[in-house]
Amino acid sequence: MNKKSVRWSLASLLVLTSLLLSACGAPATTVAPAATQAPATAVATAAPTQTPAAAVPNCGTDPIVMNGYFETGFEITTQLTNEFMRQFPNVTWDITYDQFTNLINETPRLLAGDNPPDLIRLPTFVSFAQQGLLMDLDEYADVFGWNDWPVPLQFARMDADGIRGSGTLYAAGLNYQLTGVFYNKDLAAQIGMTEPPATLAEFDDLLAAAKDAGLLPIMQWGSSKSGMGLAFPLQQLMADYGPTQPINDWIFNKPGATIDTPENLLAAQHLETWLQNGYFPPDINAIEYTDAATRFGGGEGVFTFNGDWQNAGYNESMPGNVGFFVMPPLEAGGQPAAMSGPLTFGIAATAKHADCAAFFLNWVGTNETARQINVDIGGSNPGGPAGASIPTVPEGSVTVETLAGGPQVGSNAMDFIANATSSIFAQGWTPELQKMVGGQQDAAGLLAAVQAEYLRELAE
Amino acid sequence: MTSDNRPVAVAFSRRTFLRRMFRRENIIGWLFVVPAFAIYAVFVLVPAGLSLGYSFYRWNGITEMRWVGLQNYLSVLEVPDLLGTISNAFRLIIFFSIIPIALGLVVASIIHRVATGKFGAVARTVLFLPQVIPLVAAGIIWAWLLALPGLINQILRAIGLGAIARAWLGDFDWALPAVGLIGIWVMLGFCTVLLLTAITKVDPALYESARIDGASWFAEFFNITLPMLRHEIGVCLTVTVIAALAAFDIIYVSTLGGPGNSTSVPGIQIYILAFTQQRIGLASALSVMLMVMVLIVVIPIQRLSREET
Repeated sequence: MNKKSVRWSLASLLVLTSLLLSACGAPATTVAPAATQAPATAVATAAPTQTPAAAVPNCGTDPIVMNGYFETGFEITTQLTNEFMRQFPNVTWDITYDQFTNLINETPRLLAGDNPPDLIRLPTFVSFAQQGLLMDLDEYADVFGWNDWPVPLQFARMDADGIRGSGTLYAAGLNYQLTGVFYNKDLAAQIGMTEPPATLAEFDDLLAAAKDAGLLPIMQWGSSKSGMGLAFPLQQLMADYGPTQPINDWIFNKPGATIDTPENLLAAQHLETWLQNGYFPPDINAIEYTDAATRFGGGEGVFTFNGDWQNAGYNESMPGNVGFFVMPPLEAGGQPAAMSGPLTFGIAATAKHADCAAFFLNWVGTNETARQINVDIGGSNPGGPAGASIPTVPEGSVTVETLAGGPQVGSNAMDFIANATSSIFAQGWTPELQKMVGGQQDAAGLLAAVQAEYLRELAE
Repeated sequence: MTSDNRPVAVAFSRRTFLRRMFRRENIIGWLFVVPAFAIYAVFVLVPAGLSLGYSFYRWNGITEMRWVGLQNYLSVLEVPDLLGTISNAFRLIIFFSIIPIALGLVVASIIHRVATGKFGAVARTVLFLPQVIPLVAAGIIWAWLLALPGLINQILRAIGLGAIARAWLGDFDWALPAVGLIGIWVMLGFCTVLLLTAITKVDPALYESARIDGASWFAEFFNITLPMLRHEIGVCLTVTVIAALAAFDIIYVSTLGGPGNSTSVPGIQIYILAFTQQRIGLASALSVMLMVMVLIVVIPIQRLSREET
């Protein structure tokens, strides 16, 4: 009996220590796929499109099955693909949805597999592009005229040195998202807020007033399973205390870039003060993203830092009672800044229907119905060419305010500090900010620890 | 003369061995083993061998591997807070092994003495239920129960202990014990059922004579039950210690190692290295080191439990 138990115990152990890794068991001779495969030769379009009829990639007329790998919780992808199938009956979307963390982890193996996705959600893409797993979209951008669209594509570009911000285009946006501060209008009225704050100092006063009134000033999430939501206010404060370019440089992995700057230290200290003042929920380290959205929708918290992808949820849970403003600048009259960028999707280097995937990306930005779906469901700017139809937004919807926020930010947009490397969020920001919540880390230590993790990961 | 006979003797013994080897019953026996062995080989031996092989390479899982020898075993020591994660794994032994076995012994003994009928069967079923419920679902439910607005805090507030209510899985001091509580819930049924089965095999005459002599429950427990269950306790300890040191699923679904790294364990680190950071070689090296660590702990347990009393 004991021998058996030893054997089975060892078997259990071996399974645990090896099965995880066996899942990635490509043979030792595995080589990278042909890097940055160019799109297939363009063919004459037969499907309705707003782009020139000649030499435009499309989905053809033969039945095809598009392989999609999208993020769970984004209803917009379901709605858009359903509408696409309605307009182009020869196309069937076969979609796999996965949680954000799983999606990040599975992406390289899916892209390198035998049945790669034609279209895939790409929160980060640098390592996948460097490994030759993603298609170069520049030719599509030229054909469809994406480079002339007013929305920026630089966040989805990467140069030969692996630095983002310029170079080859590896992804395109399904829409263009904006983050900022949502507020509960009823609770805001209780603390005397008649209009959004114009400066950080005014915002501080409102937070203090909320605390004095016995309200929770800011609802935010912070569980490891969702990733630490305090990264949102921290980055907004960073952009208040300093310019956005160094932050983007750090996210884009430019040589010598650091997050541990005097301006960012002031921002981190400001956040630390908010924590010490009790402006966040005491259980923030255990709150997941969906719980925070639900609790804010249920009236817990005057403010919350989030993005316009949550508009539909807020409109449903607190109709007419939710407002939005971009983070106020440090000084009156200063230009606001915000995390804002495309909801990026890419095409596998070996995708079977790359032309159709590119056609879909173009259709999302140019088709009137798709643009309306994008705003109704996604809540974000649908992008597209200058002069494209403007989707209608119901009166009282918070989407009116988020769409108005984009022009205020203008060129002061930032990518998200969580996107600097594949695991800086999980291994850097989240644990260090959680420690700050628990009083085990201070502002200086936070930045130093994250910078050290960043350098360690880049050294790989 | 002896040397002259040796080849003949060797040939004879080889023939005897082969004859025994290919006896009909032996062949049938081996055929019974083949399916299980094939599964064991495919799902355990081959992956374990591959992991060992990967640990000597630098590899992201996609592009070509590069031989780095023992470098991964040195680099793994630089994984942030590695000692902290190992320490957490050892602390989990209290919750995954010691408490479930201690409670399991008591519960099994009580069921054996006072509740052998239907109540005993119901108790066994209820206690064993966590082994049947998918751990992912259980982890989510436990996360709800342990949340600040969750049932556990509601009960604490209802009985006047609201002052200690907290987000148990988000508290640096209490997250690991809270995860441990889930471990106790999972492991208690396994230990109880195994130990109860063992108790029923103990000669009833021992208990009868003890009771005739007026032995109390405590005297029975310490003088009969514990010594007679030594081997089974060893089995429980082995299985649960491995579950603690190689913990992954309970942590993954409840805290993912947070807050900070307060519940992080080597299994979570291996997952992050392999799947989030695409450092397959380093993850393999850490998994091999974890296996060695577990063996160092488990083998003495096995030796001790096998020794004759």
